Amino acid sequence: MSPEIGAAFGPNLVEVFGPSQADGGPELIQLLTPEGERIEHPDFSFDLDDEAVKGFYRDMMLTRRIDTEATALQRHGELGIWAQLLGQEAAQIGSGRALRPQDYVFPTYREHGVAYCRGVDPLRLLGLFRGVDQGAWDPRENNFGNYTIVIGAQTLHAAGYAMGVQRDGAVGTGDPERDTAVVAYFGDGASSQGDVNESFIFAAVNNAPVVFFLQNNQWAISEPMERQSRIPLYQRALGFGFPGVRVDGNDVLACYAVTQAALQRAREGSGPTLVEAYTYRMGAHTTTDDPTRYRLSEDLEHWKLKDPIARVEVYLKRNGLADDEFFDSVDDECEALGVTLRDGCKALPDPSALSVFDQVYEEQTEELAAQRDGYAAYRGSFESEGVA
Amino acid sequence: MAGTMNKMTLAKALNAGLRKAMEGDPKVLLMGEDVGKLGGVFRITDGLQKDFGEDRVIDTPLAESGIIGTAVGLAMRGYRPVCEIQFDGFVYPAYDQIVSQVAKIHFRTQGKVKMPIVIRIPFGGGIGAVEHHSESPEAQFAHTPGLKVVTCSNPVDGYWMIQQAIASDDPVIFLEPKRQYHADKADIDETADASSIQPLFTSRVVRPGADVTLLAYGPMVKTCLKAAEAAATEGRSIEVIDLRTLSPLDMGPVFESVRRTGRVVVAHEAHTNLGMGSEIAARISEQCFYSLESPVLRVGGFDTPYPPSRIEEEWLPDLDRVLDAIDRTFEF
Repeated sequence: MSPEIGAAFGPNLVEVFGPSQADGGPELIQLLTPEGERIEHPDFSFDLDDEAVKGFYRDMMLTRRIDTEATALQRHGELGIWAQLLGQEAAQIGSGRALRPQDYVFPTYREHGVAYCRGVDPLRLLGLFRGVDQGAWDPRENNFGNYTIVIGAQTLHAAGYAMGVQRDGAVGTGDPERDTAVVAYFGDGASSQGDVNESFIFAAVNNAPVVFFLQNNQWAISEPMERQSRIPLYQRALGFGFPGVRVDGNDVLACYAVTQAALQRAREGSGPTLVEAYTYRMGAHTTTDDPTRYRLSEDLEHWKLKDPIARVEVYLKRNGLADDEFFDSVDDECEALGVTLRDGCKALPDPSALSVFDQVYEEQTEELAAQRDGYAAYRGSFESEGVA
Repeated sequence: MAGTMNKMTLAKALNAGLRKAMEGDPKVLLMGEDVGKLGGVFRITDGLQKDFGEDRVIDTPLAESGIIGTAVGLAMRGYRPVCEIQFDGFVYPAYDQIVSQVAKIHFRTQGKVKMPIVIRIPFGGGIGAVEHHSESPEAQFAHTPGLKVVTCSNPVDGYWMIQQAIASDDPVIFLEPKRQYHADKADIDETADASSIQPLFTSRVVRPGADVTLLAYGPMVKTCLKAAEAAATEGRSIEVIDLRTLSPLDMGPVFESVRRTGRVVVAHEAHTNLGMGSEIAARISEQCFYSLESPVLRVGGFDTPYPPSRIEEEWLPDLDRVLDAIDRTFEF
């Protein structure tokens, strides 16, 4: 801009338009430090006892075991691919454990810890990555939707489902068994998708009971946060007309407390909240990815010091809240889970090639039935010739 | 016929059909841009928000992907959303949700989650509109497994087919020939027994004939009926079939007809290349090869983007181009 044009608006154009981001910067809500110290926060507190903390430790250990076991299964050729969650255990267990049975979850493809919290058999998660199905769990059984691979698409489903909850009168009744919240999980990369932004709009104008739970693991495959946003992501919420908060995504206590508050806000009819869980993808995007091509190993070393499980272990040990017997029993459970996953994965049956024809429509079409029969006859011709 | 006959345009018939569906099932919701107080830009939802309330007739934000994506969530919660896409050319922002979600969720979940969603799209040209308001995207949806695609050509079909589509547990792309909305009136017996109505996913012979089979759907049915009339004055007997359903196709009546006539012309406004006519021609050649006296000929929009409106009537297949194709089937 030429000085003459600039002069027409006064000496400083920044003053004309105001600042480009909200005041205050990125405050991180934290209740358990990386060193394992409990700290207070003026607005959020963890209201469960230390038995619950031990439960979270166990949950996170088992979740990590699902992840490492599945990664190993991929390396052994038993899975085609696996989307790793290493480092995101606190974000998923903290938020997942804040849910009530009637709440409904719309996950991405990385929500293995949330799936575990919802009671989905971890073996069921492997089918999709082994290529024997596309998610065989029944979403209606655990109120846990199927994994959505097109990033961000499920956030609109969450907004719509929440609009249905409103129409069912399941919001703001004061009945804790009835009032229902919906959680949309997504990531920093997906936050750039049109669907995520549209879901913010639909949820906001409908005041829908949605918690947008954004795990900012800072990497969208190889693209860092700077390629997605010029402002902290939680600050986007205000522009859509609802609050946003940033929580330490590696602090399971804070993730639980903040999600619980956001869920309660949704259930009582106060509308959507954006929770940005600030974390770090310690593994690769998936087992086919190679992060050494695009990020520094120092970064990973730095984040290892903030490991979500280690800080809980330190807290429990330092305060004498759990003995060796407890830690040994969790390790034993992890071992047993590993065996179950290894054996179970290899035993997952391939689907019948003919089954695909019958799952397309609720009411089968004659033309697709004819295509199925034609292919069945073709296959049968090999069997009758003794080839197959 | 017994009952009360009401003369209705296609627009009124669709409105009455939507009303009937909403009265019959409290889970039926209408959603779209301007469908509330305004009643839609074509007035198809006129008066429905007043009678059924804002929770059931939802003025959505102006975001097509959002309309379809939230409809998916509503369907998962047990609702039966009927979405209006304002114009054919505005459906593309929702294309991902339609193709990657609506069409695939039943398959993805092995039938555990149903998608009883109707996506109404006014389609076709001839209304003198600007770009994006006159397109015929049906083949793109018919090419997508998991969707069903139907189109009505007249008020009576509009009244019944919209109710049948809403009753379907599969997602239905419901294409409405916008040029016909306010064109003709027909008698509709709203008290008729729904079970006596022709099933949704079936085609119908709308004019019997012996020399050529003329296939059409949506806005081209009227044109083809006129063409058949004109051909009759020249001594040619044309059988016109209204396909009504584009996915699945109901080819039985078509094959039966072609085996008698030996000559076929398929007409649609959509681009000819890989349009519905291509698939129909392929199926006829597979099933009726020895009955054919000439190749299956297609009359369609040209393989260009839809033109500026002052020349759209030349671009769109009209009576003369249909007659020309009929003539050409006799050159073999």
